[in-house]
Amino acid sequence: MGLLTLIIWTVFVNNVILSQFLGICPFMGVSKKLDSAIGMSAAVLFVIVLATVITYLLQFGVLVPLKLEYLQTIMFILVIAALVQFVEMVIRKVSPALFEALGIFLPLITTNCAVLGTAIMATQKDFNLLQAVVFAVGISLGFALVLLLFAAIRERLDLETSTPRYMKGMPIALVTASILSLAFLGFSGMVKM
Amino acid sequence: MDFVALVTAGGVLAGVGAAAAALLAVASRVFAVQVDERITAIAAVLPGANCGGCGFPGCSGYAAAIVNKGVDPSLCAPAGADAAKKIGAIMGVEVPDREKVIARVRCGGGHDKCKPRFEYRGLKTCRGAVMLNEGGAKSCPYGCEGLGDCVDVCVFDAIRMGEDGIPVVDMEKCTGCGKCVTACPKDVIELQACKGPVAINCNSQWKGKEVKNVCEVGCITCLACVKACPWEAITMKGNIPVIDYDKCHACGLCVDSCKPGSIVILRAIDEAAKEEGQKIIADRKAAAAAAKAAAAAAAAKPAPVQE
Repeated sequence: MGLLTLIIWTVFVNNVILSQFLGICPFMGVSKKLDSAIGMSAAVLFVIVLATVITYLLQFGVLVPLKLEYLQTIMFILVIAALVQFVEMVIRKVSPALFEALGIFLPLITTNCAVLGTAIMATQKDFNLLQAVVFAVGISLGFALVLLLFAAIRERLDLETSTPRYMKGMPIALVTASILSLAFLGFSGMVKM
Repeated sequence: MDFVALVTAGGVLAGVGAAAAALLAVASRVFAVQVDERITAIAAVLPGANCGGCGFPGCSGYAAAIVNKGVDPSLCAPAGADAAKKIGAIMGVEVPDREKVIARVRCGGGHDKCKPRFEYRGLKTCRGAVMLNEGGAKSCPYGCEGLGDCVDVCVFDAIRMGEDGIPVVDMEKCTGCGKCVTACPKDVIELQACKGPVAINCNSQWKGKEVKNVCEVGCITCLACVKACPWEAITMKGNIPVIDYDKCHACGLCVDSCKPGSIVILRAIDEAAKEEGQKIIADRKAAAAAAKAAAAAAAAKPAPVQE
């Protein structure tokens, strides 16, 4: 599979939020404002790519040779959590500007299911390291695309006063998310995987 | 039971866990960041309303900016001059006095006074109305839309929507943070020094006739207030008068002179100053009349014929 196809597959056809239903909590939680959605998307890109690389190496360097594949889940959670903590400290010291942009979002997604899911899927699909990285980037781009779309829609929804009172806020957001998910169904079957 | 597998599994997991713990322990020492005590001290002085009027993300963001970037410590309008002095003391700098300002809605054209251009049924926000049609739904492009974006944005609960669809600012509660100024899509609200007893209640730069066509209370640029002011405190800025409150004596004569009623009384009028002002104006009129009479007399006299 070509790398470009891989990106299209992860961004549109098999979108992490709308098709795999991973990372729903940041999707609903951080989509109220476009600004914070951008910060979150950047943090997700950063963490997912980093976590996928490290867990890929861990999987094929340690777990597979020792026949400990069944430890995958707990091991990945441990490593990703420690890694993100460590990176947060380093960024805080080395680049205060980057820390200000990503700072509060990093701990929020440390053990998010989208991060863990991507790491596990990357080890299950016969990828080499480059493909795993591109896969992780594609997943994060798909996450960013949907999060930004949704944040823009919700900002507009907040202005809307004709929404009935009982539907305001989260209910109308959930309905909107389902419609958005239906729209992304239109991409299914575009790329064979 | 496969004892070896158990030990390997436990060992690997414990090993990775210990390695991660060691890494974090070392990192927390090596990459420790010193937080400046002054930031916490300044944040304690600030009101904590996170209104964003200073232009920084929240009070703690502003506190950090003062310490790290040397930003002006007097930007926090809600905290007022005293807090600015305290922050200055923490930072070891002198803070000059700053005038208190409050938000003023420079428009009096409510629903009954300024007619809408069309019936607007869109989103019930000023921003929505202005986005739909440049200039908004009001027939005056400078006028207040009256849909209350400023009311929604005020964190101090200092603005409420008046019955005629013009927001009313509570002069006691308003801290002059300027959030409503930013929120207003038609630039109707301005931060003004709050000491004056009267204020111009119009913002229109249109000419008299155009204003008269759309609004009953708009300023028609007749200059009556400029002439009526005994203290010469009113000058024109474009097509709108501006009051210099340093010269204003609170006599209220400008309010009486304004035919459309675009000057409003905010505080009590000084009656003594009013009488004094009337006397000055009367004297001035008498002097002008005398000068005119003298000029007329001079003109009436036949010019000396020169050879």
